[in-house]
Amino acid sequence: MKADVPPSGPPLVELKGISKRYGDLLANDGIDLSIEPGEIHALLGENGAGKSTLVKILYGVIEPSAGEIRLEGRPVTIGSPVEARALGLGMVFQHFSLFDELSVAENIAVALSDDWSLSTVREKLGEISRTYGLALDADRAVWTLSAGERQRIEIVRCLLQNPRLLILDEPTSVLTPQEAEHLFTTLDRLSAEGCSILYISHKLEEVRRLCRRATILRAGRVVATMDPRASSAREIAALMVGSAVGEIRTDAPHHPQGETLRVSNLSMPPAGLHGQALRDINLVARAGEVVGIAGVAGNGQSELFAALSGERLADHPESIAINGKPSGTMGIDARRRLGAAFVPEERLGHAAAPTHSLSENTLISHAATEVSRSGFILMNAARRVARSIVESFDVRTPEGDPQARKLSGGNLQKFVIGREIIRRPKLIIVDQPTWGVDAGAARLIRQALVDLAREGSAVVVVSQDLDELFEVADRMAVIHQGTLSPLRPIGEWTKEAVGLEMLGVAQGQGGVHAI
Amino acid sequence: MTTFEAILLTIVTASTPLLIAALGELVTERSGVLNLGVEGMMVMGAACSFAAAVTFDSTLLGVAAGMLAGALMAALFALLVLGFAANQTGSGLALTILGLGLSGLIGAPFVGARRDPVAPVDIPVLSDIPVIGRLLFEQDLFVYASIVLTILVGLYLMRTRSGLTLRSIGENHTSANALGLPVWRVRFWAILFGGACAGLAGAYLALVYTRFWSPGMTAGRGWIALALVVFAAWRPGWVLIGAYIFGAATVLQLHAQAAQFGVPSQVLSAVPYLATILALLLLSIRHGRAIGAPGSLGTPFVPDR
Repeated sequence: MKADVPPSGPPLVELKGISKRYGDLLANDGIDLSIEPGEIHALLGENGAGKSTLVKILYGVIEPSAGEIRLEGRPVTIGSPVEARALGLGMVFQHFSLFDELSVAENIAVALSDDWSLSTVREKLGEISRTYGLALDADRAVWTLSAGERQRIEIVRCLLQNPRLLILDEPTSVLTPQEAEHLFTTLDRLSAEGCSILYISHKLEEVRRLCRRATILRAGRVVATMDPRASSAREIAALMVGSAVGEIRTDAPHHPQGETLRVSNLSMPPAGLHGQALRDINLVARAGEVVGIAGVAGNGQSELFAALSGERLADHPESIAINGKPSGTMGIDARRRLGAAFVPEERLGHAAAPTHSLSENTLISHAATEVSRSGFILMNAARRVARSIVESFDVRTPEGDPQARKLSGGNLQKFVIGREIIRRPKLIIVDQPTWGVDAGAARLIRQALVDLAREGSAVVVVSQDLDELFEVADRMAVIHQGTLSPLRPIGEWTKEAVGLEMLGVAQGQGGVHAI
Repeated sequence: MTTFEAILLTIVTASTPLLIAALGELVTERSGVLNLGVEGMMVMGAACSFAAAVTFDSTLLGVAAGMLAGALMAALFALLVLGFAANQTGSGLALTILGLGLSGLIGAPFVGARRDPVAPVDIPVLSDIPVIGRLLFEQDLFVYASIVLTILVGLYLMRTRSGLTLRSIGENHTSANALGLPVWRVRFWAILFGGACAGLAGAYLALVYTRFWSPGMTAGRGWIALALVVFAAWRPGWVLIGAYIFGAATVLQLHAQAAQFGVPSQVLSAVPYLATILALLLLSIRHGRAIGAPGSLGTPFVPDR
């Protein structure tokens, strides 16, 4: 354990008045932050609060517009990641900086200086793996690995350079609860050995588990530096968001009835080179309920979404039934005409065309049922629809009918979800409804989905955010390597049980031995 | 020399420029840059090498001029796609059109001139082995150079740190940048290497294969080289095999024409190009995305600093 004596000497890293301006946007506004040796320091904030910008500045990926960085009291300029590494800073990126087609050893070697040969990397990799319990096979190609294993590569890559500060950007967003716990153990151990850690997250629970000091960012500014264990989660959340976050009303009574969606023994080969096959999926969504699909990224969620929406067709019409009608071989618009609606994960480029106006973007899904007549677009009708989406879903737009790419992530997400909800679908399938949006928008979206269900639609939410699913879902299943677990009422699930399903060790034996 | 031996010899001669140009393009593409201007760089290489060779009466200077011309064209391309982050497809097509036009201008005074054949390197004793002797051991220097180049490119990409850096940048330039790898510098040199190789392939066409200059004499070989890279799944060894398959198709269709099969000669001339399309088609049917394609291929790199 660390001694709780006040540190003597200057902090390891000190940021003073760091600002970064992108055009009109101040992503970082005069940020002060100091990290003591051996400390695990949390950097908390909403999506878009400026956390990633700040750490990229610290790691030399982007240049600050103003401000000073001090290392052990000496001012330094960090012009590139190479310089950052030379100064003893290591970083584990949120979206990993890995190369899919290269092997584990090559991925590590490429980030090290030239005097590391592949064979030394292999040797050291084995050593570090044993010391920290980070098992890795040096010759596997990265694309064959799970997210947890990929993260290990990033961590090992940093550790090989004996860093004094390790920066982790949202490290648990792609991990199962068990993998996350494993990571925390490693971090505790590193900190005990004297390595400082800057831990970036928006998840309060893990910050309270790991850190004694937290700096909270909101809209590019530091709003507080505090001990996260001394305040309640609610207080910290209020600091992050700027106002108290309301809870979602899900208490309306519901008696789901009628099978709006039935998926029977749906199997599909992988679409691409590194895709995931779907194996014998069975799923029922009834009118009036929200069905959640949990899972770690890349376990077949996008394939399942493509199969349900009709982006990829099934072999047999009977494998998917919408409102009782076999529709497995129907195209997207045909399914829309049966009363279904779909919101894919990627909002820009998949759900919306970036350079088209919002009114043109309504056509993407509405053209199946309205706003067009005998092949011609009814532009006025489209504009009306766009306007009413903007009004009902609180979409903040810079001008009347802007291009989709001009909207912030949260606002665009509200728009693409609103676009489907406003059609009053009998069935809606949403992939990652609140990925990367701020808390306010996330709350509005979740509430809208729950309300839609309570009005008698079937809602299917595919999400990697377990908290979100526990909040909105009535029944839930876990997808693992293209297989779906049985659908159970949300009250029967615990996070541990979900974690086991995510690892694929829950079937039958119910054993914990695999962890 | 039997007809059979003669055919084999011409196949080697027809394959070599394809091999050299495709190897250059392979290195460029492995760094994540798609340069569709191979045809343009190749034809410039042919024109400039022939002009220099005739003017100075030196094959060596001709080859140097051809490589320089290809590299200069590539530098122009690099300025567009790296300096201005221009669309790579558009820039590459423009480069081809520019090369075809400009080479006609440079080559105009030399239409009708001829060069003497380049003397083959005769490896004694070995070249006396029947059938394969002359095929393997009495070729011109370019043929040996192209084989050595294949091996060197393979070793460079798979066995050196610098090659690993280049592959990483081609695979994911955002990650590479985040790790601090010099994306622009590596791509610049990769593009230049591709240009020099295309220029060398052009020089071979003008100085060894035809030994005269005529406008547009590359006749689509640059495009075949591009297709070869895809066919080979971005692996140097397969480029070698592919180049010889396509070279053989080119030569055999000529002999088929001579044998008068009753098939219109135009159909036979189209065979290598049809084979190109077929190869690409088969590959895309077999794998959803082209297997082995570098992840960042063809996308401009704009860091957010």
